[in-house]
Amino acid sequence: MHIVVCAKQIPDPETPPSAFKIDAANNKVIPAQGIAPVLSQFDGIAAEAALRIKEANAGSKVTVISMGAESAQAAIKQVLAMGADEGVLLNDPAFEDGDSHTTATVLAAAIKKLGNVDAVFCGRQAADWDMGQVGLLVAEDLGWPVAIIAKGVAMGGAGLQVQRVLENGFESLETPLPAVVTVSNEFGEPRYPKLPQIMAAAKKTVTNWKLGDLGLDAGAVGKAGSRLKLEKLFIPEKGGKVELMEGDTPQAQAAALVARLQADKIL
Amino acid sequence: MAHNVLVVGELAGGSPTSTTLELLGGAQGLAAGGSVSVALLGTGASAAAAKAAGASKAFVSDDAGYDAVKAEQWLAALEVAVDQSGADLVLIAQSSAGREIGPRLAARKKTAVAMDCAKIEDAGGLKFTRPAYGGNALATYSIATSPAIATVRAKSFEEATGAGAGEVVQLPAAGASRTNITGMEKAVSAGLQITDATVVVSGGRGLGAPEGFKVVEELAAAIGNDKAAVGASRAAVDLGWYPPSQQVGLTGKVVNPDLYIAVAISGASQHMAGCSGSKTIVAINRDKDANIFGFAKYGIVGDWKAIVPALIEEIKKAK
Repeated sequence: MHIVVCAKQIPDPETPPSAFKIDAANNKVIPAQGIAPVLSQFDGIAAEAALRIKEANAGSKVTVISMGAESAQAAIKQVLAMGADEGVLLNDPAFEDGDSHTTATVLAAAIKKLGNVDAVFCGRQAADWDMGQVGLLVAEDLGWPVAIIAKGVAMGGAGLQVQRVLENGFESLETPLPAVVTVSNEFGEPRYPKLPQIMAAAKKTVTNWKLGDLGLDAGAVGKAGSRLKLEKLFIPEKGGKVELMEGDTPQAQAAALVARLQADKIL
Repeated sequence: MAHNVLVVGELAGGSPTSTTLELLGGAQGLAAGGSVSVALLGTGASAAAAKAAGASKAFVSDDAGYDAVKAEQWLAALEVAVDQSGADLVLIAQSSAGREIGPRLAARKKTAVAMDCAKIEDAGGLKFTRPAYGGNALATYSIATSPAIATVRAKSFEEATGAGAGEVVQLPAAGASRTNITGMEKAVSAGLQITDATVVVSGGRGLGAPEGFKVVEELAAAIGNDKAAVGASRAAVDLGWYPPSQQVGLTGKVVNPDLYIAVAISGASQHMAGCSGSKTIVAINRDKDANIFGFAKYGIVGDWKAIVPALIEEIKKAK
């Protein structure tokens, strides 16, 4: 079983809202001072899901790929430290400022180039843009079946058995291989690599593939190939100033709140 | 500009869901003289067409094979509906089904989808606005290819009014799917759903233990089980304190109640993305600097263990 994990490096979502700034002229987020980018949390969980299958099935292999800046090496190394076998960075100026479609085009081309891939695991969505598209678009590009928002995944049945989180419950689904699975936070926490594993991962060579290596046309990727155009990125206005309920006791505070809500005709 | 809009409907008990009617309401406005069509798949689809207010044409297949959504079956039918409706805009709910159908339909029609839109307007071309960066930002997009596709969060539009579809066009029965559903488990709270409630009382990690939700439930009950439902933050759900079906936020449900009471919730951006449309937000939190107070109209700084029982008592007294 050869599983490819797609990993994305993103600005730390735990960045305090006060440090979150936008470069309005370029519609880009200004990296917060002193806060390093991180592996998108859902991708870490996807890596965990892949590694558990590797451990349960002898002879399996996990490859982590990331499209992004040179700094995305850190995200790749993190998944290598978790236990992945190989890493590939897809870095080329031509890939920049694309949309979900162009990202999927690049990832799918890399997966085809790797060859002999049985499954692709992605996070349910990247925790920066929160679109939740790339896994599905990779599946469509490759022509593979897909199961999204998984809280459990294991080998079995026709290929993979997946438990999905739906809005009103859970669904068990079986898919033949090769297939794409997107993994949700309900799966559980990813493992924390220990120091020796981090050091071993640091020594591993990450393969670098550029536009030419993937046989893609520059017009099909990045900004040139994107169909979804970002017109404006802005910080929404928050509501008015909060009115804090005064009072010496919880009863007094609660009474003040109930009075306000009644005056507003909400209660 | 006039648009031909196709709404991808969903059925519940043989009737269009409230979100479907909202999408039809949005479609009526955006069509601006163009056509509004709806696609309805599954048991009762033909009869439901008459209840699809505001649509002039319904593309239906009554096949029960569509009831449990297998995206590949739906996609085959929806591609036909897109082609035959001449749609240049397709609206889909940001639901379990919509999250999968939106991107895959976009791939198959060689176009793009804007996911989880909160606002769509025609301002010199269609503009799609949605939260990004965990709700810290809003992003407005345009789509260069046709049809433009959007998944839309609940309560973004008013429900459509008017007559249902007069013209009904048959879509094929459900075809093949490579994936196979082997089991289904309903996990929904009894009674009022958080997306329908006029009051949502939510608990977070600050409750400290799952038992805290008992008190949150008592608060909802004091307000009235016909009005209030209980939600939870992602942190609380991930800890297993409350079921995923009750999760409010970017990866859970979007709620827009008249009153949202956040108990021991810090107000992470991804949570606020699911509730910031509430008319009035009340925050109860020990930390006066918690992000939630930036969104709240009223706040109480204090320990929920003392505040919430007092609030329950005061609400009962006021009735």
